[in-house]
Amino acid sequence: MTTKHITRKATRHISQNEGLIFEKSSPGKAAWKLPPLDVPEVDTAKLLGKQERKDLGNMPEVSEIEIMRHFTRLSTWNYAIDLGMYPLGSCTMKYNPRVNEFVARVEGLANGHPYQAEKISQGALQIMKTLSDCLLEITGMDAITLQPAAGAQGELTGLLMVRAYHESQGNARKKILIPDSAHGTNPATAATVGYAVENLKSNDRGMVDVAALAAQMNEDVAALMVTNPNTLGVFEQEIHKIADLLHEKGGLLYMDGANMNALVGKARPGDFGVDVMHLNLHKTFSTPHGGGGPGSGPVAVKKILSPFLPTPVVITKADGTLGFDYNRPQSVGRVRAFYGNFGMFIRALAYIFANGPDGLRQTTEDAVLNANYIRKGLEGVYDLPYSTPSMHEVVFSDKVQSKKGVKTMDLAKRLIDYGFHPYTTAFPLIVAGALMIEPTESEPKEELDLFIEAMKSIAEEVEEDPQFVLDAPHNTRISRLDETAAARKPILRWKPAPSAP
Amino acid sequence: MPSPTDRKYTKEHEWITADGTIGITDHAQESLGDIVFVELPKAGTDLTKGKPFGTVESVKAVSDIYAPVSGTVMAANDALATAPEQVNKDAHAAWLIKIKVKDPSEMNALLSAADYDKFVSEEAGH
Repeated sequence: MTTKHITRKATRHISQNEGLIFEKSSPGKAAWKLPPLDVPEVDTAKLLGKQERKDLGNMPEVSEIEIMRHFTRLSTWNYAIDLGMYPLGSCTMKYNPRVNEFVARVEGLANGHPYQAEKISQGALQIMKTLSDCLLEITGMDAITLQPAAGAQGELTGLLMVRAYHESQGNARKKILIPDSAHGTNPATAATVGYAVENLKSNDRGMVDVAALAAQMNEDVAALMVTNPNTLGVFEQEIHKIADLLHEKGGLLYMDGANMNALVGKARPGDFGVDVMHLNLHKTFSTPHGGGGPGSGPVAVKKILSPFLPTPVVITKADGTLGFDYNRPQSVGRVRAFYGNFGMFIRALAYIFANGPDGLRQTTEDAVLNANYIRKGLEGVYDLPYSTPSMHEVVFSDKVQSKKGVKTMDLAKRLIDYGFHPYTTAFPLIVAGALMIEPTESEPKEELDLFIEAMKSIAEEVEEDPQFVLDAPHNTRISRLDETAAARKPILRWKPAPSAP
Repeated sequence: MPSPTDRKYTKEHEWITADGTIGITDHAQESLGDIVFVELPKAGTDLTKGKPFGTVESVKAVSDIYAPVSGTVMAANDALATAPEQVNKDAHAAWLIKIKVKDPSEMNALLSAADYDKFVSEEAGH
């Protein structure tokens, strides 16, 4: 174990090498054996003619144990929240409780089909209705769609509704205001919906500059997209004024709900003037992320926007049963096949029920407490560019370490050696050399202490031997990758070695 | 190192010469890091002052390149498609496009080398 300092978190361990499964292939090997044919064989060539495919190309031919070992070995190379802290700021990499998975696998839910008749889908509809009601209670909004498949699609859906609303008022308007601390998806969404993007500068406390907003606000502005708490982990303390400034000129307030983990049970966007917002069930409500997903990005709105919700919406019919309403002439249309990523609705609802209102509030408090524990532990070791109180995440900068030539990316690479997933590097853009750290409520104090210890140890290494940190990681299967060569000369496809003549 | 004085600059970190050759500044390539892809418009494309005409992709980020003045693209530096690292090596020599400037008076509003260097040092101090 190459460390300058002691690490209590990680140690050396045998790790099996593994190539591509295609490289293991040898002709005729198989992981299956069928019983002898007891019906007449069909002549496929006769039936299919030219359509018959004789050569399957490079399909791997391997035995069952080789397949099992292949994927098991690869799985041991992963880092996961189930192995340790995953402090990737802005991503809310919280633990995915096993009760969610248990409920999602209940037979009647797991085997349900979207083409099932409404009358035999009442349970599934009840889950969608109850989750909708819970999310509306949590956000303080009036109506919701569960359809969008993730946060960015939620943003798109939200802004399509903003546009439809303004069109219904006779003027689609021209631009969307976006603070300079925003997630990159916000301007991308605005541009996709056909709006011009106008940048809004943050003030020296890391918040929206209300005076600048007042100066930039006019009747060409369709909406302001704001993240609250913002990407610095700072609560927009003047959010009411921001909402009023927009509403006075007929604009709408869009809230990116990526950081809702800092608000649940404490503050409701609907109460502080938000007109439309998305949630990330895979962040705040503990459903799996990324490859373990899929995601889910419900969009909640105030009454004025509800006619524009995607079709269908879940309604209670005259006879008291639940059903889908497709007759919504002002709707922006469907944004996702069927009703969204239903499996995530089950998991999110399980999480909400398992916690209950007090549990959810405690979760928020613990997320904020954990971020501030790290802030306190590393203050003075790493530069804190904004001293405004932190909510669920804390943003440091590499100002001190960069004097020795070590930047945020290098520190993050070294953190891997200490057994942690890196924090988010170089974001938000308004902080040069940002280290964005979000522990979430999932982490016990012991893990937070190990993290603080690792970060302090890395800072000492930078002072003693900066080159050692610049060359990190040292203990991983592959050391520092050449990202430039990977982008300039990518090898995107494996090809079999030419066979011997 | 001071910027070359034979051309004008924008606050978006592009340079343009009197004959309409456009590139990005050394400060721009330095902040972007290793450039891995440059996307440029075809000859004949009309550019509007202040509007994006292409993108530079580095290992860190994808950034728009803005037209310093309005005009029509006469040529794009196709060599950058296979060798984008030329921009990192010498940003003031590795031109991106050559344009026919629509209104030469638009050049007057651009920054001189000294003003651009001052702007960059102020931006860095912010």
